Amino acid sequence: MSDAMLKIQKLEAWYGESHVLHGVDIEIAEGEVVTLLGRNGAGKTSTLRAIMGLVGRRAGSISFEGTELIGLRSDLIARKGIGYCPEERGIFASLDVTENLMLPPTLRPGGLEVAEIHTLFPNLKERARSPGTKLSGGEQQMLAIGRILRTGAKLLLLDEPSEGLAPVIVQQIGRTIRELKTRGFTVLLVEQNFRFAQTVADRHYVMEHGRVMDMVPNAELTSSLDRLNEYLSV
Amino acid sequence: MDDIFGIPAPLLFGQLLLGLINGAFYALLSLGLAVIFGMLNVINFAHGAQFMMGAFVAWMLLEYAGLNYWWALILAPLLVGLFGVLLERTMIARLYKLDHLYGLLLTFGLGLIIEGIFRNQYGSSGLPYRIPPQLSGAWDLGFMFMPIYRGWVVIVAAVMCLATWLVIEKTKIGSYLRASTENAALVQAFGINVPRLMTLTYGAGVALAAFAGVLAAPIYSVNPQMGSNLIIIVFAVVVIGGMGSILGSVITGFGLGIIEGLTKVFYPEASSTVIFVVMAIVLLARPAGLFGRA
Ligand SMILES: Nc1ncnc2c1ncn2[C@@H]1O[C@H](COP(=O)(O)OP(=O)(O)OP(=O)(O)O)[C@@H](O)[C@H]1O
Ligand SMILES: [Mg+2]
Repeated sequence: MSDAMLKIQKLEAWYGESHVLHGVDIEIAEGEVVTLLGRNGAGKTSTLRAIMGLVGRRAGSISFEGTELIGLRSDLIARKGIGYCPEERGIFASLDVTENLMLPPTLRPGGLEVAEIHTLFPNLKERARSPGTKLSGGEQQMLAIGRILRTGAKLLLLDEPSEGLAPVIVQQIGRTIRELKTRGFTVLLVEQNFRFAQTVADRHYVMEHGRVMDMVPNAELTSSLDRLNEYLSV
Repeated sequence: MDDIFGIPAPLLFGQLLLGLINGAFYALLSLGLAVIFGMLNVINFAHGAQFMMGAFVAWMLLEYAGLNYWWALILAPLLVGLFGVLLERTMIARLYKLDHLYGLLLTFGLGLIIEGIFRNQYGSSGLPYRIPPQLSGAWDLGFMFMPIYRGWVVIVAAVMCLATWLVIEKTKIGSYLRASTENAALVQAFGINVPRLMTLTYGAGVALAAFAGVLAAPIYSVNPQMGSNLIIIVFAVVVIGGMGSILGSVITGFGLGIIEGLTKVFYPEASSTVIFVVMAIVLLARPAGLFGRA
């Protein structure tokens, strides 16, 4: 895969003195949906944060469409066309739903129209004037995903969008991710919900202790369960 | 003329107006402090000096360039705001990663230095600045004479506070500010240049202080201490209103000005301490301030 959209090599990251990533290698081709699986504390969130420049220090290489991101400030990284949906969702309490939705600036042409986002997530339209954090957990997740679809970002980093949500909401988010794939988005998805990951992804990377331990195509996931068991709590 | 609560009405209304004017300055200054604190997490102790600079720049524009009050009202905030931008870029921006205390110490020191420079140059006796002719004179309101300039100050300050509030609550850049106050790192990860936003915010807060300084120039004499006398009270206002609350600082500013004015009528001995008494009571009852979020 020399034509990878995102190519991460020997990525290391630190929070202050604590060294959390020890050489992560990941490649994603344009249009792929790829997950990062792994137990609590494996380094999944840290990998996404390192891509966005949100860790204390990082080393190695993160090449996005041929541009090296190591050394760039996080706003400049985003401007290359990357949308980030954090694990804690990051909905702003002092902004209403529409302001939250419109907050991320347009990075490139070709993002979804607000009307299209409202079609994907009708709740956001109904609650347009509510303060962001007055939404339910599921609605906040929809808002956190919805707002990065507007920007024209081609690569989406989604951190555990299914976490803590009711099964029907998880299904809705699953449908959304598949829909995004057909629209040509590339997605790097952090997941602990292994069954959910299976319904949306092309490939899976498995992390432990700040390293990528394994890579499994989705078709082989079930047959690899025994091997992966030691890394995952299935 | 009638008495109200045994107080002659002109005296009561006179003090009320004086309170309102002081309140206007408290509101403008604490508003700038709140905006800066919300975005930068820095308690800007140079605020009083920057207020004083506004008054001095107005005086200099007239003295050296022949530019009148109306020019000063626009140019002084711009120039002093630009100076603020310079301070932020060269010094204050280096401290964001450290504890609050460092920003406080730095700006406190800067305030002292600025004040010292002006005292060296212009002495501490104060320079006169005339009320612009369009605003001199007084209106007869029937129950009292209202100097036009004082009415102007109250109205302009209120309009300015409202405008600032509108910018923060209703505009795109205001939504960036509010969001950055909550989680600056995430706002930046969406592609917004947060460091530049911080610089602009500091510049705007400083410009607001300078604007208040220009308004103050014809009322108080232009002197190097004019800011430090005021800023102590303004910090009390900020503590009472709640650090970082925009609306809170405006309401508290005007409210405390009025309370201070009324105290001068009913119990003059306490007029210089009443604000600090209120501060102590508020801190005991609501440590985060009247409008602060704990
Ligand atoms: N801000 C931080 N400062 C110091 N250490 C951190 C910080 N955030 C995470 N860590 C550490 O980094 C390691 C990886 O954490 P990370 O959040 O990336 O894991 P994760 O795979 O996302 O886990 P989870 O599934 O629980 O979200 C953990 O050991 C964690 O304790
Ligand atoms: Mg995580």
